[in-house]
Amino acid sequence: MTTTPTTPTMPMIETDIHPAIDNPELPVFLPEDQMPSREGDRIIQFREALREAMSEEMRKDKRVFLLGEEVAQYNGAYKISQGMLDEFGPKRIIDTPISENGFAGMAIAAAMTGLRPIVEFMSWSFSFVAADPILNNAPKMLYMSGGQFGCPIVFRGNDGAGGQLASTHSWCVEALYANVPGLKMAIPSNPYDAKGLLKTAINDPDPVFFLESERMLGDKAHVPEEEYYIPFGRARLAREGDAVTLVSFGRPVHFCLEAAETLAAEGIEVDVLDMRTIRPLDIESIIERVKVTNKVLVVDQSWPFASIASEVVTQICERCFDWLDSAPARLNTADVPTPYAKGLEYDYLPNPERIVEAVRKML
Amino acid sequence: MTQATAASSEQSPMNTAKADSPPLQAPTAKTAAELPKQVLVKWLYDMQLIREFENRTMQAYQQAKIGGFCHIYSGQEAVAVGTIGCVNHDDPIITAYRDHGHALARGMTPEACMAEMFGRTTGCAKGKGGSMHMFDRPNWLMGGHGIVSAQTPMGAGFAFAAKYELEVLGTGKKKVCLCYLGDGALDQGCFHEAQNLASLWDLPVIYILENNGYSMGTAIHRHTANFEHLVDRAKGYGIRGVEIDGLDIMNVYNEFKPIVDDCRETSRPAFIDLKTYRYQGHSMSDPQKYRTKEEVDQYKDKDSIAKLCSDLMDMGHIDEAGWKTMRKEIADIVRASVEHAEAAPVPEAGELFTDVYANPEKNLSPAATYTHGTKNPLL
Repeated sequence: MTTTPTTPTMPMIETDIHPAIDNPELPVFLPEDQMPSREGDRIIQFREALREAMSEEMRKDKRVFLLGEEVAQYNGAYKISQGMLDEFGPKRIIDTPISENGFAGMAIAAAMTGLRPIVEFMSWSFSFVAADPILNNAPKMLYMSGGQFGCPIVFRGNDGAGGQLASTHSWCVEALYANVPGLKMAIPSNPYDAKGLLKTAINDPDPVFFLESERMLGDKAHVPEEEYYIPFGRARLAREGDAVTLVSFGRPVHFCLEAAETLAAEGIEVDVLDMRTIRPLDIESIIERVKVTNKVLVVDQSWPFASIASEVVTQICERCFDWLDSAPARLNTADVPTPYAKGLEYDYLPNPERIVEAVRKML
Repeated sequence: MTQATAASSEQSPMNTAKADSPPLQAPTAKTAAELPKQVLVKWLYDMQLIREFENRTMQAYQQAKIGGFCHIYSGQEAVAVGTIGCVNHDDPIITAYRDHGHALARGMTPEACMAEMFGRTTGCAKGKGGSMHMFDRPNWLMGGHGIVSAQTPMGAGFAFAAKYELEVLGTGKKKVCLCYLGDGALDQGCFHEAQNLASLWDLPVIYILENNGYSMGTAIHRHTANFEHLVDRAKGYGIRGVEIDGLDIMNVYNEFKPIVDDCRETSRPAFIDLKTYRYQGHSMSDPQKYRTKEEVDQYKDKDSIAKLCSDLMDMGHIDEAGWKTMRKEIADIVRASVEHAEAAPVPEAGELFTDVYANPEKNLSPAATYTHGTKNPLL
C-alpha cells in the first residue's frame, strides 16, 4: 500500500509483473472516524462529485482516461464530464462512436496492458450490446490467463428507471451482472459516497461496475474538497431505528428514507442501511442490525426473480436466521417491463408508499 | 520460466523469443530471399514444430488426455510463422481459439502449451484456460479468445494502448498489433465496429483474416456476402486491404512485411485476406461432412511446409539430412512436451479460488473465499 496514489511506477505492461500477486497500488482507507465530515456547506451535485473523482484521479495518474459517447465535446450527455475535455484534452477524454461492443472491448484490452480506462455507458441499458466484452472478457481475464492479465477498468453509467424512458432504457443491471465472479459492483446513493467510491473504483485492480442513476445526478449535498476513498464492502447506516431494518442501495435508499419519515410520524422507527457496494456485500453490517431489529426488508429496484434482494435475503437466512422474528422480506420493482406512463412507472418502482405498506405488514 | 531446450544439434534454430532476452526486432530485409539463412531455417523449424505439436495434440485428445474444444492449426502454419516473423517481439498479438500455432510461433514453449491443454499447473494459464485460451505475457500473446470475433475490438485496444503510452505517458514506442481472425469472424458486428474505430482513431492494428474457407462447417460462399472481394469491406472503412496467398511463407513475408512497416510508420490499420487452409476439422469433434477428401488433398499438395523446405533446399540452406535431423529433433521435443504435461501436477483444489480477483476483498462471494494463487509459471 502506498500512502497516496502517486504517479505510477508501472506505466505499462511489464512482462514479469504478475497482476494477480504483484499488486496493487491501493489507496489508504482512513478509519471511519477520520473520514472527512459528511456535513458541510460545500454543496455540489452528484454529477459534480463524479466529475471530481475522475478529475482528481486523472490529475494524479496519466494511465486513467475516460471514453464514451458524448463525453468530450458535448461535455457529457448528462454533463458529468463537463469541462474535462478542456482540462485533459482529446487524448484522454475520448468521444466514441455509438459502438459499445467495440469501445468496451477496446478499453478492456487497454486495461490488460496496464492502462486504467473509465468507460462511460450513457445508460447501462446500452451495455447489453457490449455484454460479451464486459462479461466474458473483463471479469474473467485474470482467471483464464492464469493470473497473467488483470483488467483494471471502470464501467459506469445510469442504471434504473430514468423518468418515463420506458422498457428499453430503464434497465437495472445489478442482478444480471453481479452474478458474474471477477467483477465488483458499486451503487452509490449520494454525492459524498459517489466521489469516494468512484475514486476507489478507479484505483482498484479489478473491473468495477459502477451504477449511477439519472434521477440522482442533480441531487445536491456536501462533498468535501479533499481527497477521500471509501472502501468497498462497507455499508452505511443512513438512519437508525429499532422496528425493521431496511436494506437498500442506490436510488431506492431515498425511497427508504422517505418511507422512514412517514413511519416515524406513526411512531415506527426503522433502520435504513445503504449497502454502497453489492459485490462485495457487507453482510456483517446487515447481521449486526438484524440482531437489533429482528426484522428485515430488502428494497431493490431490479426485478424480484433472482435479484440482489433475493441474494441478500438468502444470505440473511444463512447467516442470522435465528435472529429473525418474521420472514425476511424483499420489495422489488413490479415484475413487468418498465412502463412509460408516469403513474404506472411510479407504481412500478419500490416507491415509499409500497415500502411503508411492506413495513406495516411485517409489524 | 522454462524454455524449450532444442536438443543436441548446434545448428538447431533455438526458440530465441525468450522473456529474459532483449526484445527481438523484426528483420529489415525487404524480401524473404534476402533474409539470413538462420531466419529462414527458423521458420521451417517453427512450422514443423506446430505441425508436429498438433499431431501430438490430436493424439492426446483422442486418448482423452486433452478435454474441451480443441482446434487444430495444421495447414495454416505459414500464416502464424510468416506474419509473426514480420513484427517485433514486443508487438502485441491476439487471436481466437485456434491458437496453438500462434502461441508456438510467438515463443511459448511446447511444454507450457501442452501442459495447459492437459490442465496442469505448468500450463500457460495454470490449467485454467485450456486449448482456446493461450496467454503468454512475456511473449506478448494477449490470448487465445473463445468467442468468435471478440478479439477484434481488443486488437484495436492494444494498438490504442501502445499509441496512448507513446503519446500520453511519453514512454514506449511505435508498435503494431496483429489481430488474427477466422473467416467466420467476418460476420460478427463487433469486427465492423473494430474496423471503424481503428480507422477513425488511426490505430496501428493489422487484422489478419486467416481465410481457410470455412466458418466452422459453413463454406465461405454460404456465410458471407461478396466473399470474393473481402478487401472491399476494409476499403469501405478507409482501411488498406490486401489479399495474400498464405500457403507460401516467402510470399507472406514479401507481401506482409511492407504492410507492417507502413502500419507502424503511419499508424494506420490494415486488413489482410490471407488465403489458407486447415487440414483438420473445425474442432476435434468435426466429422467434416461439408467438404470432400479430394479438396483437402488438393491443398495438401500445396503444403506450406513442403514448399518452404523445397525452397530452402534450392537455396542450399538445408539438405535432406538436415531436414531429417530437424524433424527428429522436433519430434523429440514435442514428445517430451507430452511427457512433461503428463507428469506435471494437476492444480490443487485451492487454485479453484485464485486469480479471480487481483484484490480479493472479503464478502465478494457468499460461498467462496478468494485468495492469491501461485505465480504463473511463465512469469
